[in-house]
Parts: sequence; C-alpha cells; structure tokens
Amino acid sequence: MLSSKGWDPCLETSFLHCRHQEYIGKVTHAVFQTASGKKRVIVATEKSVVASLNLRSGEIFWRQVLEESEPIDGLQVALGKYAVSLSRGGSLRSFHLPDGSLIWETSLYTSPSPAQLFLLPSDDLLVLKQGIVYVVSSADGRLLWTADLLDESRLAQTSLSFEGKNIYVAGFSGSSIALFRIDASTGAFTTLKTTEPLNPSSFVLSSGVFAALDTQGDIVTGLMEGEVVELQKTSLATLLDSPVSSAQLLPDKIPGGCVLSTDGGSIFVLGLDKKGVEVLQQIQGPAVVSNSIVLDGTFAQSFLQRVNSKEIRVRVLSGKEWIETAEETVEVDPNKGGVQKVFMNAYIKTDRSRGFRVLIVGQDHSLALLQQGKVVWSREEALASVVDTLTAELPLEKAGVSVAEVEHDLYEWLKGHVLRLKSTLMLATAEEQTALQALRLNNADKTKMTRDHNGFRKLIVVLTSSGKLFALHTGNGGIVWSRFIPELSTKGSLKLYPWRIPHKHVDENPVALVLGSSHDGTGFAAWVDMLTGSVQETLALPYSVKLALALPLVDSSERRLHLLIDDQNKAHLYPTSDESLSLFEKYMQNVYFYIADKGAGQIEGYNIKSQIDSGEEGGLVFLSQKIWSVLFPKDSETIAAITTRRADEMVHTQAKVLGNRDVWYKYLNKNMVFVATVTPQDSRVGAANPEETWLVAYLIDSVTGQILHRVSHAHAQGPVHAVFSENWVVYCYFNVRNHRHEMSVLEVYDKSADGKDVLQLMLGRYNASVPFSSFSPRNLEVKGQSYFFPSTVRTMSVTFTARGITGKQILVGTIGNQVIALDKRFLDPRRSADPTPMEREEGVIPLSEGLPVFPQSYLTHAARVEELRGIISVPARLESTCLVFAYGIDLFFTRTAPSRTYDSLTEDFSYALLLITIVVLVVAIAVSMVLSQRKELREKWK
Amino acid sequence: MERGSKARKWAIDFGDGTSSREVADPPGYSRGASSEIEDASAARQKEKVEASWKQQKAWEIAQAPFRNLFMMGFMMWMAGNTVHLFSIGITFSALWQPISALQGIGKVFEPYKDARTDVLMPKLLFIAMNLVALGMGLWKLNSLGLLPTHASDWVSSLPPPQMVEFSGGVLSS
Repeated sequence: MLSSKGWDPCLETSFLHCRHQEYIGKVTHAVFQTASGKKRVIVATEKSVVASLNLRSGEIFWRQVLEESEPIDGLQVALGKYAVSLSRGGSLRSFHLPDGSLIWETSLYTSPSPAQLFLLPSDDLLVLKQGIVYVVSSADGRLLWTADLLDESRLAQTSLSFEGKNIYVAGFSGSSIALFRIDASTGAFTTLKTTEPLNPSSFVLSSGVFAALDTQGDIVTGLMEGEVVELQKTSLATLLDSPVSSAQLLPDKIPGGCVLSTDGGSIFVLGLDKKGVEVLQQIQGPAVVSNSIVLDGTFAQSFLQRVNSKEIRVRVLSGKEWIETAEETVEVDPNKGGVQKVFMNAYIKTDRSRGFRVLIVGQDHSLALLQQGKVVWSREEALASVVDTLTAELPLEKAGVSVAEVEHDLYEWLKGHVLRLKSTLMLATAEEQTALQALRLNNADKTKMTRDHNGFRKLIVVLTSSGKLFALHTGNGGIVWSRFIPELSTKGSLKLYPWRIPHKHVDENPVALVLGSSHDGTGFAAWVDMLTGSVQETLALPYSVKLALALPLVDSSERRLHLLIDDQNKAHLYPTSDESLSLFEKYMQNVYFYIADKGAGQIEGYNIKSQIDSGEEGGLVFLSQKIWSVLFPKDSETIAAITTRRADEMVHTQAKVLGNRDVWYKYLNKNMVFVATVTPQDSRVGAANPEETWLVAYLIDSVTGQILHRVSHAHAQGPVHAVFSENWVVYCYFNVRNHRHEMSVLEVYDKSADGKDVLQLMLGRYNASVPFSSFSPRNLEVKGQSYFFPSTVRTMSVTFTARGITGKQILVGTIGNQVIALDKRFLDPRRSADPTPMEREEGVIPLSEGLPVFPQSYLTHAARVEELRGIISVPARLESTCLVFAYGIDLFFTRTAPSRTYDSLTEDFSYALLLITIVVLVVAIAVSMVLSQRKELREKWK
Repeated sequence: MERGSKARKWAIDFGDGTSSREVADPPGYSRGASSEIEDASAARQKEKVEASWKQQKAWEIAQAPFRNLFMMGFMMWMAGNTVHLFSIGITFSALWQPISALQGIGKVFEPYKDARTDVLMPKLLFIAMNLVALGMGLWKLNSLGLLPTHASDWVSSLPPPQMVEFSGGVLSS
C-alpha cells in the first residue's frame, strides 16, 4: 500500500523531459464530504484506489493504491473524519480524511468473496459477507460483534436495511429467501419466517419493509415485524396500469420504497408501507438512478436520462411524495458514451435555495461533476487502464510562417536565453528563476504539432480497456484527441496495429487499425486516423481474431497487409483489394504463424495453404495447415512466457568485433521465439520444493519448429519475464533455493561463417548478407550466464534507437513501481572473474554475482508509476536517444540515452554563454595584439 | 607575432669590409698577393681534401637514419600498444619521417654531389635505412590495430540479412 502525493521530480530542472500523470481508474464508489473544511469527494475505483478529489477542480488531494487483486467492495465515511474501505480479502482500512494517512486496519476474514459495507446510524461499520455480519467500531477498527446467520452456509444476493435499533437482512439461502432481524447493539438475531415460501427473481429491503418480485409477475411485500412476515401480493400489471413482461427491482435503495425498472426502459418509484405498495413516480425511458441522500428529514434521488447524444437530463425527485424538485439539462461531451453510475450531493446556493450536484461515471470510465447545468470538471480515468500503444510521427512543418510569429518566437528565444544566462551566472532573482522554470516546462516548441529535428515530438496513441483511444503529445503529456468507440468497450482483448505509416506520401496521415475480439466469436475492427482521431471505417467481424499478423508488405497507397487469424485458423487478408491479393499470392508460401496454447502445453506452427471461397461474407480468406508442433510434458512443464523480437527493430550490423579483433556473427533470425516453461505450481501453500522446480528455456525457430537451443535452470520458479532483442534474450525468474531473483542472458551466434579468409573478404567473395532462410541450417553457438537481481520484476522492456548503433539498456519495471535502466553490458555472457586485457579494452566488466542498481539508473527518479504494467520504448530521430513511456494506473514519459547523448548538446545548453565567450575571446585577441605591438615598438626605441 | 620575425628596417654592420676599402691599404700590403702565390698548389690540395670530406659526409648522412632507428624503436616501445594520443603521434611521425626523408633525398645529397664524389652507394644505404624505419612504422601501426588485416575490419558494418520467411504468433491461455 503506497501513498503518493508530494514531491514530483518532473518539476525539477534537471528532469525537464519527464512527465508523470496520476490517475485513479474507473470510479465504483463515491462519498461526498462537503460538511466542513475543504469540499471533497472520496472515491474508490476498479483499480483498488481510494482517493480524495477536490470537488471544485477534480484534482487529487491524496490517493492510496491498494492491492489490485482485491477489489474494493465498499466505501464509507465514518465519524466525519475517516474514509473506510472494504477490500475483497476482508481488509477494512480507515484513512484520515485530510491527508489520507492510514489510521487503522482490520482483517475480518480471508476468503475472497464479495461483501457489502454499511454505516450504521451509530456511526459504526457493518460488513455483510454471505450471511455473516461483522460490526466494527469506526474509531479504532475493533470488532464489536459478529453474527453468523446461517451457520457457515452461504447467503447470496443479500440486502440489508436499518430501522431503529434493528438491522434487517434478506438473502437467498439455497433456493428460497431467508429473512433475519438483528439487534444492532448486541448482534442477537432472529430468523423470520414468511407466511408462504418465496422464490423471487429480485428483492429489496427498505426501512423494515420487504419487497420482492416473484416469477408470476406479482410484487410481494411484507413488514418485517414479529416472528412471521405476512406477505401481500399485488399484481404488477394492475399496479403499473400496463402489462409488463419482465421487471426488476433495482438494488439502489430508497428509504421507504424501491425502484423498479421494466423491460420497456421505464422506471417506477414505488412506496412501501404497512398498507402495501403504491406507485409514487414514473420516469419514462431508460434512466440511471443515483444514490439517495437525506434532505430535511426526507430523501432525494436523481435520475439521469440521455436526451440526445450531446445532452443529459438530470431530474431530482425528493420529499415524501417524490416530486420533481429540480431538472437540468446538461451538455456533455458526446465522446464519453453513456452514463454508468451517478452519485448525488446537495448544497445550499448563495441565495439559500437548494442546489444539486451529480458525479457521473461514463461508459468510457471518465468521471465528471455536473453542477448548475454544466460540467464543472471531468477526469479521463480511462488512461488508468492502457492496454496497447502506438506512436505516430507529427506532420512536417509547413513552409509559410507569418512574420509576427517568427518575431514572437525570436523574442521568446532571446528572452529565454537571457534568463538562462543570468541563471548560469547566478544573477537571476527568484522571480526570474521561476519564470525560467515555467518557460522550460511550457516551452511552446515542445508542444508544437509538427515534427522536430530530433524526433522528440511524437504522438503516443494509447488504447484503453474502456474502448477509448487517446493521443498524447510527448512534449507536455496533453491529450491531443480522444475517441470513444462503444463497440470496443464490450470486447475482451484489444490491440493496435500500424495500418498505414506514410513514408512516400508524407502529407497524408498515419492510420492505426484497432482490433477487438471477444470470446463469443465476434470481432470488431476500426481504422483510426492517428493525427486527428477520426474513425475512417469500422467493420464488425463475424469471427474472433486470435492473432493478427502485420505482414512485411505494403500496397501502393502504403497500407500494410494484415492477416487476421480466426479461431478456426483461417486467415483473412486485409485490405481486401486485388492489389493486396496479388502481392500476397507472391509472398504466400513464406508466411507462417504459430499458436502457443498454455492449457494444452503445446506450440503449433502453421503455414498458409490456399485461398478458399469465402461465400457470402466476402473478403479474402485462406486456409492454413499445421506443419509442426512442439509438445511439452504436461506434468513437468507449463508455458510461462513467450517472447519474440520486435518486428520493427533496427539492427546496425550482424558482426560483433571482439577485443582480439575476432569477429562473431550475430544470429539475427527474426523468426526465433524464446519460450520459457516452468514446473506446474502445486496449489497447496508452501508446496514448492526447491529440489523439484525447474525452468526450461527454449529457443525455437517458429518457421520450422526446430528447437535451436534448450537450457534448464534448477530451483527456478515463475513468473518469468523476458525481453528479446537482436541476438539475445534476457529473462528473469525466482530462485527458490537462494530466495533471490535471477536474471539470465542467452546470446546466439552463427558460427557457420567462421574461418573466412581476409583476402576473400577484401575481394568481396563472401557475402554474409544473403537472404536468410530458416530452412538452411546454421551452426549455432549459444552463450549464457545468470546473475542475481536485487528487485522483484513486474515487467521488462529494452531500449530501441533509430539505427540500432547505440548500446542497449534493459528497462525493468520493479515491484516498487519504478523503472530501472540496466545497461546490457552487465548482462554480457562473456563476463569472467578475470577478463583478459583485450576483453577489458573491449569493455567487458569483471564478473560479479549480482547486477548493480545505481541510484542514477532509476528512470522514474522518485516518481512511482502505480501498478506499472508496461514499458514502451520508441526511437527518437537522434540515434543516441530513446523515448520511454511507462503505464500503469499512472502514465510516465521520459527520454533515455543508453550511451549518453553523444550526438547532441543538452537542451539546456547555453548558446548565449557560448556566443559571449567567443566575442570576449575575439576582443581579447584584438586588444592583446595592439598592446603587444606597442610594447614591441617601445622596446625597439630603448 | 609576425612583426618580430621581419628583418629590421635598417642596420649598420661594422664587421663588413666595405668601409675599410675607403681607407688606403698600409704600404707593402697587397690584397690579392698571398692568395695568388699559393693558388695553384693549395687549390689542388684543397680540392682533394674537400672531395674526401664530401664523400665522408655523404656516408655520414646516409647512416644518420640508423641512429634514428634505435630512438624510434625505443619510443615506440615506450608508447605501448593502446591507441591514444602519444602512440598515434609517435607512429605517424615514424611513418612520416622516412617518407619525407625519401622525398627529399635529392636535396640531402645535393651539396656533396659532383663529378668526383660517388653518392650512389650512400643514397642506396639512405633509402634502405629509411625503408627499415618505414617498415617499423607500419609494424607499429599494425600492432596498434589500425591496419585492416583482420576479417573484422571488413565486415564490421555488415548489415543484417533479409529474412526469407515471415512468422508471427500468439500465446493463448
């Protein structure tokens, strides 16, 4: 559990190019806290974050990130000063409202079953978990009493209400309903019986009244008094005055009533009392219902309806009779999808009338506050769940720039340099320092929408699990455009592919292909312009996409050919033009693909056989056939990780020259796959016997299925993380015997080209760059070594540069949510305890058992990228530099230069100081010349 | 500065004989008499001495690089086999010296060249010596690793090969 808010390194002068953005995720619970002091709203999210947001601006006051594997089931504010969260694992945590510090923590149970958290009128907390009631003191987290209503058997779909000193609980036990009354102070409970057995489809408890919908279409109500609950039946059709085929009681509670939604989309507010049930209000059309709030002794609740794509109508009903007290129409961004959740709060306006504000959670995970008919603020919380990224080059700078602009730029430039010079010479005042700081941060140059010379300005297109796409500018991290594609939000797996990256037609925009596929056997494809965000085309696919291959072929309009493999291993070719078909037919016999199945413990390789008539669906469909398979023994090996080289990786040379001037040829097979298998985990705790756990690493040619290399590590255990670049793989795992993490490296060299004569090479007889085929066997040599690594690894990546000349860094995302850049030279299999002078000259570091982590190698400095899930590296145009984008709940962007910035001056370089130095030097030369002439003359006259 | 290097604008040289000419010679002193008398025999003698002296000098000059060789060898040994400023400087001067000496071979033997002196043999020795020095320089260059005599010098920027086949895949759980 980590708190974050405080010093942000990205505001420091020395880390100008790093950006850190904090998010919280999709909000599931919200409690307003407006009574005293700072106005805030406490939220809990799907990402297991508890946060306090500023109600006026939406900024984060504080944030606590809890374990992601334990979703938050409940959030309450107790005693007016503690925010209490209930996690799935039974942990109840209380945070201090002003600063978010942990006050107390109680673990009630350990089973990962859903539960509900309630605040009792006595300000104590009640946890209801499948028929067990826990009451906890909110002052110190002490367990006051517990009541096991059903003797360990389960109670499903529970509902709970308070009335006076009593707590009422209802729930399914087996197939019938069970009702209980509990004394709030002691926990003594009575099981209530109903006059007849009930098996309702949905039910709700409200202020001591029980309401249920039975299967005959009747609404059954009963007062929870005495030992036996007397049930009254009312026909829904007569109650609602219209025939209803199906209806549902919403779990949203209204004191003294309940909310019923019908399949027609209408919503009815029903009043429940001793006499029976009556309709209080009816709302036509689909609506989202908020929580209810207490208002002058009665209750109020808001209903949100969508008027059209741009407007939402907020209706507030309150009072005993549920009359409409307020109605507002709010214009919202149509790009947010529908509203999924509403939280309501009331306040007193300056004219003493009552106003309402609502917090809405959109389908795109966004959070917005509506007040007085407008959106006060909104947060793009979809960015907390990035699933895939792609980078786009910005357009080239247009030639025509106005004079005024140039003058302004020049003035700004000059001003900046004068300030910089002052600060270098330590003449700047504090104000000037801050002005300089601001200038550096918000340099207009950085946020331009055009390409820069160094290639630092790019757009990062991110795809989020909500189905919303964002384009982030690398200069300031700002959102350039966002696009919500509702069809994608229901798809399980989402991926981005570079559809068209223009090289020849540079004035055209790059296009990304977004693919979504779900387990129900359907898919969805959308083509999105990467610079404007406009959706060019969408296509619903009648199959789910198992795998998409971006072929190394482009058509005349620079669209990349993509092969979509469906679950029957049929290949669908896109774009579906004659040109792409003819291009593909020429290349077809060279296309292979493999499917690794974790469950079956095998990898199968396929090639493309022939085109088939696709029938009425249209499109270009090809049959594939299985050509090889690798089967792992199921009882001793399960696939833990599969890694390949990045398709667009640039490698400068295939030769590696050693210190003694020998040359080794790197085995640069792009179709080589690294597969790691581990001994299957015994589910029992502590069952891992260090003698019996193994990790086996394979290098497999994915064209022929040939196992090129196999190495096993004893006492190793997953999870395995791996990176594959050039001719090497680095992977890490846990060593059970040493209780330490290990990182291993495998480097593959092609030894079949050895022993070539210098004379032959000079005369060009030997051409080592002939096209490489997997079917011509090579004589390989694999070198490997293992090291201890001091930190637990979450994710791994490697730097990529424009031409692949610069050395490599391995980017390690640690359990502490930081990114460490580890020089590849530390993971050199040629490291030995005592390297020869030749090796030393070459830069081989003497062997040490552990990999060093220097404080300077933290790319994230002091920032934490909460729940770090991925690290993406993008080459800049400057060969030395690589852009790094890390995402989790937070987003982090920085630049790294693995071999230092050998090809550029720092951004902060003071050109003014250089110019002044030159001028001073020239003047000094002229003056000294005159002086020396004079002196000489004087001496001659002596 | 350039001013300093220039000749003085004016100067009086009291050692010059011109001014004494204006004063009459003392009685009995004849300016040319002594030389005229010894002219015949002395000139012959002098020529002979000069010729042998020239021959000796020519041989001396031809042998001069030999001493240099040892010095160069010592310096090369001191400089070591790693590439840095000193070793590069010494190696290039070791290469440049013999080359420039060979280029200026005509000039070196010019003063001693006449009908009676045989400069061919000294010249050959001189050339041989300089070639040895050049060889040493090249050997040093090689030992520094600056001569492309290894395979690595010819393939170091060999681009990676094109792939014939294309393959991709996925891990499904």
